[in-house]
Amino acid sequence: MTLAVDFLPPGRALRQQISDDDRLKRAVMFVVGIYLVIALAIPLFVMLSKSLSTYTFDLHQFEFQVSDESGGGWSDPVTAAALNTAIAAFPESDLEAGADGRLQAAKLFADFSFRSPVRYRIRGTSEEAHFLAGSQLVRGTEWKEYDSNHFRRVMLRPSRSVGLSNFTEYFSTPSLVRSIKNSVMIALISTAVTLTVAFGLAYALNRSRMRGKGAFKLIVTIPILVPSLLPGIALVYLFGNQGVFKDLLLGHSIYGPLGIVVGSVFFTLPHAFLIISTALSVADARHYEAATSLRASRWRTFWTVTVPGARYGLISAAFVVFTLVITDFGLPKVIGGQYGMLAVDIYKQVIGQQNFEMGAVVSVILLIPAFLAFAVDRMTQRRQVALLSARAVPFEPKPRRGFDAACFAFCSLVAIFVLGMIGMCQVAALVKFWPYDLSLSLRNYAFDLMDGGGWDAYYNSIRLALMTAVIGSLIVFTGAYMVEKTKGFGLGRGAFHMLAMLPMAVPGMVLGLAYIFFFNNPGNPLHGIYGTMAILVLCTVTHFYTVAHLTALTALKQLDPEFEAVADSLKIPFYKLFFRVTLPVCLPALLEIAIYLFVNAMTTVSAVVFLYATDTKLASVAILNMDDAGDIAPAAAMGMMIFYTNVAAKLLHAVVARLLLARTQGWRQVAQTAVPA
Amino acid sequence: MPFSKAFLGAATAFLLASTAAYAEAELTVYTSVEAVDLDRYKETFEKAHPDIKINWVRDSTGVMTAKLLAEKDNPQADVVWGVAATSLLLLKSEGMLEPYAPKNVEALDPRFVDGDKPPSWVGMDAYVAALCYNTVEAEKLGLTPPTSWKDLTKPEYKGHVVMPNPNSSGTGFLDVSAWLQTFGEEEAWSFMDALHENIAAYTHSGSKPCKMAASGETVIGVSFEFPGAKAKTSGAPIDIIFPAEGSGWEAEATAIIAGTANLEAAKTLVDWSISKEANEMYNVGYAVVAYPGVAKPIENLPDDVAEKMIENDFEWAANNRARILKEWQKRYDAKSEPKS
Repeated sequence: MTLAVDFLPPGRALRQQISDDDRLKRAVMFVVGIYLVIALAIPLFVMLSKSLSTYTFDLHQFEFQVSDESGGGWSDPVTAAALNTAIAAFPESDLEAGADGRLQAAKLFADFSFRSPVRYRIRGTSEEAHFLAGSQLVRGTEWKEYDSNHFRRVMLRPSRSVGLSNFTEYFSTPSLVRSIKNSVMIALISTAVTLTVAFGLAYALNRSRMRGKGAFKLIVTIPILVPSLLPGIALVYLFGNQGVFKDLLLGHSIYGPLGIVVGSVFFTLPHAFLIISTALSVADARHYEAATSLRASRWRTFWTVTVPGARYGLISAAFVVFTLVITDFGLPKVIGGQYGMLAVDIYKQVIGQQNFEMGAVVSVILLIPAFLAFAVDRMTQRRQVALLSARAVPFEPKPRRGFDAACFAFCSLVAIFVLGMIGMCQVAALVKFWPYDLSLSLRNYAFDLMDGGGWDAYYNSIRLALMTAVIGSLIVFTGAYMVEKTKGFGLGRGAFHMLAMLPMAVPGMVLGLAYIFFFNNPGNPLHGIYGTMAILVLCTVTHFYTVAHLTALTALKQLDPEFEAVADSLKIPFYKLFFRVTLPVCLPALLEIAIYLFVNAMTTVSAVVFLYATDTKLASVAILNMDDAGDIAPAAAMGMMIFYTNVAAKLLHAVVARLLLARTQGWRQVAQTAVPA
Repeated sequence: MPFSKAFLGAATAFLLASTAAYAEAELTVYTSVEAVDLDRYKETFEKAHPDIKINWVRDSTGVMTAKLLAEKDNPQADVVWGVAATSLLLLKSEGMLEPYAPKNVEALDPRFVDGDKPPSWVGMDAYVAALCYNTVEAEKLGLTPPTSWKDLTKPEYKGHVVMPNPNSSGTGFLDVSAWLQTFGEEEAWSFMDALHENIAAYTHSGSKPCKMAASGETVIGVSFEFPGAKAKTSGAPIDIIFPAEGSGWEAEATAIIAGTANLEAAKTLVDWSISKEANEMYNVGYAVVAYPGVAKPIENLPDDVAEKMIENDFEWAANNRARILKEWQKRYDAKSEPKS
C-alpha cells in the first residue's frame, strides 16, 4: 500500500468537507445578515452622507442685465458672483444656507430702488439654477425681465452641494452646542442617582431578611411597562405649577433639568436594578467569613468585598443607564422646558423646521457618546472572570432587626415613588378638568376627539407589538442559532455578531431618521414599505435586536454541543434537530424574547416618531402629540392604556411560560430515553 | 356596411367615455384641520359630489409640511385641504402646486387668495392670534389683564407668559412676523427682547400655551382664538383677549398638488372648498372665513374677530422666514436656559 502511494502525484491539501447542512446554515445566516445590513448598516450610512449634504448659493449660476432709465439700452450680462465681489453685498457666511434659504437679488445692486424706472433681467447660467419671482419658482437659462418693483421680489435659491458646512453651522450655533453639554450632564447625574438607588434596592433585596421582597421586585419593574413620556406627565401633575406637591420644590421649576433627572431615574431604575441585582445575588460566604475573622468592620467589608464583587454589574448598569438617558427623547420633550437635549434637537430640527440635514448632523453627534459607552462596556465585559468557583459557599444573609427595618423603609420609599408616579397619571386621566373641576369623568378617554390618532392608534400599537414579537423572535432566534451552531466560518460569524450588537448603540431617533433618508427615496426598490406597518415592524425589530439576540445566545449556549455531534453522526439534518430538540428546549427563552419585543414595541416613541403614517399612528406617538397640543390629561389616559396592556401581556406570558415549562419537563423525561438510542 | 361600423365605433367610444365619467374618483387629501372636523368635512363634500371619495391623511401643520416636502420628487397627495397658507407658499416655491383659479374665486376676500394669477392656493378660514388669560390664577397673584401686546412686557407678568416657539410652531411664527410687520423691525425686536424677560416657556405647539393657561399652568398663553373658545366652553376660567395693536393671523388653505393623476376631481374639490356652503361649514369652528358675509359669531368669541386681523403679507413672511427664525434663535434660544 505505501509503495503504491509513492507513484501517485501529490493530492490536494486535506480540508474538512463542508456538509450540505453547513452550507444551508451559512446561507440562512447570510440571509439574516443581509437583513441587518439593509435594516441597519445602509440606512445609517445614507444618514451619514445626508449630514454632509449642504445648500449653498452658487452666485456663478445667475446672470443679470440692467436697463437704463428709459427701460432700454441693456448693459452687458454680469454674473451675481461678479456683482457680489464688487460691492460685497453678502459675506461668505450668508452663502451657506439651509434648504429654505433665500437671497434677495436686488441687494446685489447698490443703487437699487423699487421706484426707479430701471428694468432688470435675470437668467440662470445652467439648468440647475432656480430663483423665485415672488413665490413662483423659475428655472432655466431663459432671460426673464422685471420692472424694479417686481425685481425686488426676486429671490435666489441655493443649490445642493457636499461639504462640512452643516457641521460648522452646528458648532457656531450656541443653543445647539449647549445641548451636547446638557445631555452629557443630565446623563451623568441621572446615572449616579439611579445607580445609588438601584444598588440600595438590590442590596436590600439580596442581602437582608426583610419582608415583602417579591412585591418590591414586582413594583420596581413597573417603569419598563410604560413609555418614558409617562413619568414626564406624572411630574407635571405632581410638581407643575398646579401640581399636588408643588410647594416641596421651594420655588424651583420642575420643567428643566430637575424634571428630566427625576423622570430618568424612574424609567431607568428597573434596568439598573436587574443588572446590579444579578451581580449581588451571587456571593461567596467564605469572603465574608474571612472578613469577620479579620475583624473588618461592616463598612470596610462592604467596600472591600461587596462592592468589588458587584463591580462588573455596576459598570454595566452605568453604561446602560447613561445610554438610555442620553438617547431618550420622550421625557425631555414633555418635562424638559427650554433645556436643550440632543435627542429633542433632532425632533425639533426635523419636525419643527423641516431641516433634515441638521437633523442628520445632530444624529451623528448623538451617535458618538452612545457608541463610546457601548464600546467601553464591551471591553470591560470581556475582562470579567467567574466570581464563583466550584468551592464557593452561597452567602445567606442573617436576620438583623435594625438593618432589615432600614432596608424595608428604603424599599418602601422607592415603591411609593414608583407607584405614586403611575397612580398620579391614572388619577389625572380620570379627572374632568384639572385643577378646576375634580369630578370624575371618562372624557379624557374620548381619544377620537383629540389630535394624535384616536383609538385607532391604540389598536395599531397592539398590532405592531404582536407583529414585532412574532416576526422579531423568529428572525432573532434564527440568526442567533446559525451564528452559534455553525462550525468554522469565523469571519462570517464575527461580522454577523458585530452587526447584531450594533443596534444597542444606535439611538431610536437616529434609526428613525436614517430610515426616512433610506426608504423614502423613490429610487429604492423597498420604497413601497415607506408609510406602512411593515417599516414600523422592521424599525422596531432592528432597534431592539441586540438584547433579544443576547438572550437567544445565552439560551443556545446552555445546550450541549453534543446534540449536534450526535445528530451529525446519525445523519439527522440540522433542521430536524432544530425543531425536535433545540426549539422546544429554548422555548422559554423564545417567549422571553417575544414578550421583551412586545413590551418595547408598545412603549417605544423615538424609533417610530418619524415613520408612522396617518393610518399607522401609534399609541405612544399619540401620547406625544396630545401632550404637544396641550391635551395632557388624555395623554396620561393613553399612557395608562399602554401600561394595562403590557401588564396583561406580562400576565399572559407568565401563564403560558408556566404551562410550557411543565410540558418541557415532560419532554425531558422522554428525551432521556429517546436521544441516546 | 361602413355606416354601422362607424356607428359601432362611436357607440363604443361613448360608452367608454360615460363609464369614465361615472367611475368613482378617489382623492388623497393631506390636511391639518382638527381631528374632530374631519368626518364632517368629508361627509358634507361627498354629499355634494357622490362620485368623488376623499381619503384623509391628517397630521399637525409642521409634520404635514415636512411630509409634503419629503415627498417632493414623488408626491403622494392629490390635494392639500386645510394646511397653513405659509406652508403652501413654501410648497409653491418648490414648484409643487398646480395653479388653478377655482369657480367664483373672485367672491372671496382677496386676503385669502394667492396673489399670482391663476392663484396657487385659496383660503378657507383664518386663525387669529389671541391671549388666553386665566382669571383665577391672575386674581391669586393680583394681576390686571393686559389689553395690548406691549402690555405683556410689564414687569408684573414676569414668569407668567407662555408663547409658542416660532421655530417649531406656525402660530409662534405668525406672532413674530405680525410684530415685525406692525411695529417695524427695530421696534419689534426690542419688544421681543423685553417680552423674553417675562416668558416662562416657549412651547412646541401653538395651542399648548392656551391650554396651559386653561389649566392654570401659566396665567397668560400667547396662542390663537380657537382653542381658547373651546377650553372656555369646557369650563376653563379664561378670558380671550385680542390685543389692541391687532393680531397676526394665518389662513388655512386649499391647493392642488402638481402632477396629480386626478386633476379634474381635484379641481371639483377645490371649487367646492371655496363655495358658500363650504364656508358655512368652516364657520362651525372658525370665527373668520374667506367668503364675506357668511361668518356667524362663535360662542365665547367677539363678533368682530375679522377686524382684529392685521394686513398680513404672506409672501414677505415666507421669503423672510429663514432670516427671521435665525435672528430669533440667535437672540432667545441662546439665552433661554432655565434659572433653576
